Amino acid sequence: MFDFLEDYDLLGAFWTTVQLAVLSAVGSLIWGTLLAAMRVGPVPLMRGFGTAYVNIVRNIPLTVIILFTSLGLSQTLGINLGADDFETINFRLAVLGLILYTSAFVCEALRSGINTVPVGQAEAARAIGLSFGQVLSLVVLPQAFRSSVVPLANVLIALIKNTTVAAAIGVAEAALLMKEMIENEAQLLLISAIIAFGFVVLTLPTGLILGWVGKKVAVKR
Amino acid sequence: MSSVLYDAQGPRAKRRNVLFTAVFLVALAAVLWWVFSTLDEKGQLEWAKWEMFFTSSEPWSTYIWPGLENTLKAAALAMIIALPLGAVLGIARLSDHAWVRVPVGIVVEFFRAIPVLVLMIFGLALFSEYTNVSSDDRPLYAVVTGLVLYNASVLAEIVRAGILALPKGQSEAAMAIGLRKGQLMRSILLPQAVTTMLPAIVSQLVVILKDTALGGAVLTFPELLASANTMSGYYGANTIASFTVVAVIYIALNFALTTFASWLERRLRRGKKSTGAVLKADDAQVAGTAGTGAGGAT
Repeated sequence: MFDFLEDYDLLGAFWTTVQLAVLSAVGSLIWGTLLAAMRVGPVPLMRGFGTAYVNIVRNIPLTVIILFTSLGLSQTLGINLGADDFETINFRLAVLGLILYTSAFVCEALRSGINTVPVGQAEAARAIGLSFGQVLSLVVLPQAFRSSVVPLANVLIALIKNTTVAAAIGVAEAALLMKEMIENEAQLLLISAIIAFGFVVLTLPTGLILGWVGKKVAVKR
Repeated sequence: MSSVLYDAQGPRAKRRNVLFTAVFLVALAAVLWWVFSTLDEKGQLEWAKWEMFFTSSEPWSTYIWPGLENTLKAAALAMIIALPLGAVLGIARLSDHAWVRVPVGIVVEFFRAIPVLVLMIFGLALFSEYTNVSSDDRPLYAVVTGLVLYNASVLAEIVRAGILALPKGQSEAAMAIGLRKGQLMRSILLPQAVTTMLPAIVSQLVVILKDTALGGAVLTFPELLASANTMSGYYGANTIASFTVVAVIYIALNFALTTFASWLERRLRRGKKSTGAVLKADDAQVAGTAGTGAGGAT
């Protein structure tokens, strides 16, 4: 019953999924933090840019972004991100698309964390004479990070599931393998169950562990 | 301007802000210049690649409207089926009977943990193997099936979180005056919870609308994105122009929905009948253990 699995690289496909997720998570954490810093900062122009970026990117389907990286960036404009063969190019383009999209949600998760800190906390900190750096590092950011854990975990889980969109540009990850297997084998329910199980294994523990951490570090108010 | 991060600014901070603004403007201008020169170099800024959207109705009537119609049809069908299903699942998950609560909980958590695309691919194969739906209709059925299974589960969590977010005194008072469980849910909890969770529900509707694009990219469903793809081929590879037009349409649609959501949120906050509690998109996921995520999804 499971014989046909030997013809397919199931673990390899899920490994690609994991690689997509990890690389995009790191990238979107960096770009999303920068965006969040712009959005909460005192410079009006940067605030405007951050707000515009988030509102535009959040409202475009990820599928459109990913397809655009392939058809627009790579095939029309010749931007191949320093790779030569198709597989590497598409993989890198998918990571780029996922980063551009996910960072908007990372930005919002961080901002919602900062927004949970009551203004009185910072005002009290200033009143006892702490400098700007001390207010940020001792009072505001520790509280903000702790309440960002759960929203960030939600973004990470969404990202893991979003990696399947890379199938649209032919990255050999789990959803594309599923499609290929279903087309070739008459084992629809079994194949679907295996792929579904793979994603449950990836997303459920992530949600449980990070949800537990988030509750543990949450600021009781 | 003052916030939790910084105080109202004095003269030195203001000078520094001017400096930051200048540096940022230069960086932004450099990036924009690079984008434009790259586009120009590849001839993507030529008027010939853009003019059909402004001078003729052909791209609109042949490609964009039919595609948009399919997008809206799939999204509307999915919304109409997923909303009541989600409400039923959400309420069932709060049932007093373990034999209702536990299976529904498992179903909801399972479908929330799986990517929509996987559900769509499964749906497509399912319809072709076990039903006699014509092959033209199959992609639509598959897209709607995937969207309904996934989003009904997410909506179920929103409904559950919305009901749980109500003050405990509400159900205690209702039980004290002798209402039955059904009456409690119908006349006390649901009317209040609906106003609380409307913003979160509308955010989820945006997710449904965006996810219809997956059907076009992977399942040959002729929606907006797929027809834009065909269109750019027909008009001599005006990929950049076609994608720009499509992106603007998606942004306009979703922006209308989100604007409606925030208007609703403001209005409900003012309303006398609500408890004043408003469920944001994120809160519902916080309540569930395996959250799916901020505006989540594919």
